Amino acid sequence: MAHAYTPGLKVTEKAVIKKDRRLPLKGQVLVKVGDKVTADQVVAKTELPGNVQTLNVAGLLGILPEDVAGHMIKKPGDSVQKDEAVAISKGFFGLFKSTCNSPVTGTIESISPITGQVILREPPLPVQVRAYVDGQVVQENPGEGVVVETFGTFVQGIFGIGGEVHGQIKMAVGDPSKELTPELITPECKGKVVVGGSLIRIAGMKKAAEVGVSAVVVGGINDADLKALLGYDIGVAITGTEEKGFTLMVTEGFGQMNMAKKTFNLLKSKEGLKASVNGATQIRAGVMRPEVIIPLTDGGQADEAQKQQGGMDIGMAIRCIRQPYFGLIGKVSGLPAELQKLESESHARVLEVTFDDGTKAIVPRANVELIED
Amino acid sequence: MAVDPNKLKVILVTDCGSTTTKAILIEYKNGEYRQTTRGEAPTTVEKPFEDVTKGVLNAVREVEELSGRKILKGDDIMTPAEGMNGVDIYMSTSSAGGGLQMMVAGVVKTMTGESAARAALGAGAIVMDVLASNDGRLPHQRIERIRHLRPDMILLSGGIDGGTVTHVAEMAELIGAADPKPRFGTSYMLPVIYAGNKDAREIVTKTLGEKTALLIKDNLRPVLERENLKPARDAIHDVFMEHVMAHAPGYKKLMAMAHEVPIMPTPGAVGLMIQSLAKADDIAAVGVDIGGATTDVFSVFYGLNEKKEREATFNRTVSANLGMSYSISNVLAEAGLENIMRWVPFELDEADLRNRIRNKMIRPTTIPQSLEELQIEQAISREALRLAFKQHKEMAVGLKGVQQERTISDAFEQTGSGDTLINMMDLNILIGSGGVLSHAPRRAQSALMMIDAFEPSGITTMAVDSIFMAPHLGVLSTVNAPAANEVFLKDCLVRLGSSICPSGQGKEGQPCVTVRFTRADGTKVDENIKVGEMKLIPLGVEKVKAQIIPAKQFDIGAGKGKEMEVTLEGGTVGVIIDGRGRTLLLPTDKKERIRKLNEWNKALDIYPTK
Repeated sequence: MAHAYTPGLKVTEKAVIKKDRRLPLKGQVLVKVGDKVTADQVVAKTELPGNVQTLNVAGLLGILPEDVAGHMIKKPGDSVQKDEAVAISKGFFGLFKSTCNSPVTGTIESISPITGQVILREPPLPVQVRAYVDGQVVQENPGEGVVVETFGTFVQGIFGIGGEVHGQIKMAVGDPSKELTPELITPECKGKVVVGGSLIRIAGMKKAAEVGVSAVVVGGINDADLKALLGYDIGVAITGTEEKGFTLMVTEGFGQMNMAKKTFNLLKSKEGLKASVNGATQIRAGVMRPEVIIPLTDGGQADEAQKQQGGMDIGMAIRCIRQPYFGLIGKVSGLPAELQKLESESHARVLEVTFDDGTKAIVPRANVELIED
Repeated sequence: MAVDPNKLKVILVTDCGSTTTKAILIEYKNGEYRQTTRGEAPTTVEKPFEDVTKGVLNAVREVEELSGRKILKGDDIMTPAEGMNGVDIYMSTSSAGGGLQMMVAGVVKTMTGESAARAALGAGAIVMDVLASNDGRLPHQRIERIRHLRPDMILLSGGIDGGTVTHVAEMAELIGAADPKPRFGTSYMLPVIYAGNKDAREIVTKTLGEKTALLIKDNLRPVLERENLKPARDAIHDVFMEHVMAHAPGYKKLMAMAHEVPIMPTPGAVGLMIQSLAKADDIAAVGVDIGGATTDVFSVFYGLNEKKEREATFNRTVSANLGMSYSISNVLAEAGLENIMRWVPFELDEADLRNRIRNKMIRPTTIPQSLEELQIEQAISREALRLAFKQHKEMAVGLKGVQQERTISDAFEQTGSGDTLINMMDLNILIGSGGVLSHAPRRAQSALMMIDAFEPSGITTMAVDSIFMAPHLGVLSTVNAPAANEVFLKDCLVRLGSSICPSGQGKEGQPCVTVRFTRADGTKVDENIKVGEMKLIPLGVEKVKAQIIPAKQFDIGAGKGKEMEVTLEGGTVGVIIDGRGRTLLLPTDKKERIRKLNEWNKALDIYPTK
């Protein structure tokens, strides 16, 4: 049989993390291999071609498209200022002249004798790519960007919104089962990466935005609250560009769910340290999950004795990711080879899981994920 | 390269899907072509592999293990077959890496814009947007859209031959101003196919010739009354091979492996198979493939052409954001919670359902373990299928903008240009494919999901694709159509049976329809169905002559209250008689609705009883 891939979210205390920092178009790389960089530092920049505006000169001057060129004051390639005249009609005996002004500052790109349209291009838009994490440049892709490497703690979430931010880790609750309520989000949380427990509701999220929290990391959210925050229903899970005042990372899923103890304790042990957080999620080909990266300065050995992705053995820690055991965490205690008939009457490969309270259950292998050490 | 179909006795075909690569082995044994072995492996177009052939080789290795046939020599496929070594031909389809994504542009959205979309969809593309002079957007908004979407190619159409060139020139100027970049690679130019007014070719070449990889083809709407989609479709396929495929990870290697037959976009291949089936039996067919991210609908219906001759029209639509895993939340967004809830046969908290749907979206590979979870998933699938079919009906229309000569009798029929070609009373076969339909634990579940979502009227045969083999067989049909048809009918199609769905409305409990037939073993069936009832009559794979007598306000195909003698086909489910009327209306009262759903489920033996 082909190798069965079992997905898993990475929760690793010590790892070497590489982040590809790439420009959308070719541009200029500002750092070199070996340079130490900070999360805020611009490592590459470029300019995107400016927006395009069309100007219907033929229509505005009441002339034929083929005559537009003869009425232009500006030529292709000329720069123009907003409201500056670009074309002028001849009028009657030099009187009643009409002018056509540029709606934007930019350059004349083309004049069409077929449509009578003049295309204007606005100035280029500068784009800067920052390092995102404190680390070291280990690879340069000339004209395109760099790879920044850091050594630290890496926690992958399941879903998030909002882009790249950073701040100090602050634990807002003492227990992973506690809800992150508005009163726990105090002014001291400003600019911090606030870690909650099992849930944050809309009131809490509004408070986080009001206080100026950098990021919220929490076990679960309710879909209705997410809709209330965004103002719309998410159609497909492609996020990262939302601007709601803070970045949100959910570690377990939708509904009230205790954050996995391991994740919670790991974040707790790093309280006060600087973390980079990205809520961008893309659950399509080229899957992308939200993440928390906490660079460590004490060095040490990476926990690279990671289990090979896909392999599942007895004793491994797993999380159930679908009803009726959704959110429960346990250890694999049996791996029967044969397909088994489920309550739904589907036939599937299953495993036996022993939950933390000692109870056992049979679960389809597709409905669990490995919790990596 | 010409392939001799007679020499093809051992055939290997793969389909590189967005998540799974499926390989099948077809062998000619005992005078017939049969699918003998199947293997699958995760698709490897993404990191860390970024080479589609790795997944292909893994899937083929599984076929090797299961069949005992040695196919690979290193990373090469051995051809031709000698004894238990090698295969005679290897071919492939692909939708990996997001498939073929296109933008199309025309002058008038409902005319050349729609024709361009049909050309692209028929070629197996996902149409990301249709640009038109009258699409209600400002020029800079259209430019932003082109820049933002980064399509694999653009099909530019517009104008009839000899018509005005201004609007075509305007669209070309917008594309030129946008200076679009393709999805794969930054170093090559975006392919643009121009298939519009031939008088505008020079202008288009002047505007786009240096900025894009421009290809000029015959106008796809040379006159208002006729579409000429083939040249544009062929060009799309060529460009797909030369540009898109050649730049996707590992495809050069795959193209070398499958060098005898060009790699085909998966939906294009499925479309070929549906057309081939409809053509072979001269029947109207609808096929649907509901996947994780998208739902494709294919149809072949018949109408009269300009010369008043019966002519088949093929249509394909892709609902890019209606699916059962990645796009499941979009089904919720588009259908609304209430529409999904109406199919759930038990009390369920709305907030809980919302969270469950989101959790499936973020963990798309999970499967329903409990019966409740299965019922929820099948409720959602009904809405995904319904919405996809609604979109299909809106797209599968006669040519718009055409002045038709009408007689008095035509005027009474109230049909005309721009009307949908989909007439459910004319539909002969409805074929379902995709995980939720192909892998439903009970086949009756697939049948009922399709009946609820598509609302077939009259007599319709229903079938499902057993293991999603249609793409493989579609590409095979390009070199050996009889072999593809044979495998399709014998191994791919699982015939579920017939549905009898009278059209009309009545009061619950009133007579609806009477069905009489005699099985091959001599047993007689005489069923009277009341309004609001459903009934399952077991009938194995056999054809029977049946007498169908609808009540006076119901139509079964011959007119209201008129009886018909028809051929009913049995299958793994049997004959389903649906007395719920058309249009299908569910009770609005929640308790009553749940009661009726459970009554119908019980009548058709849809779910196990606890």
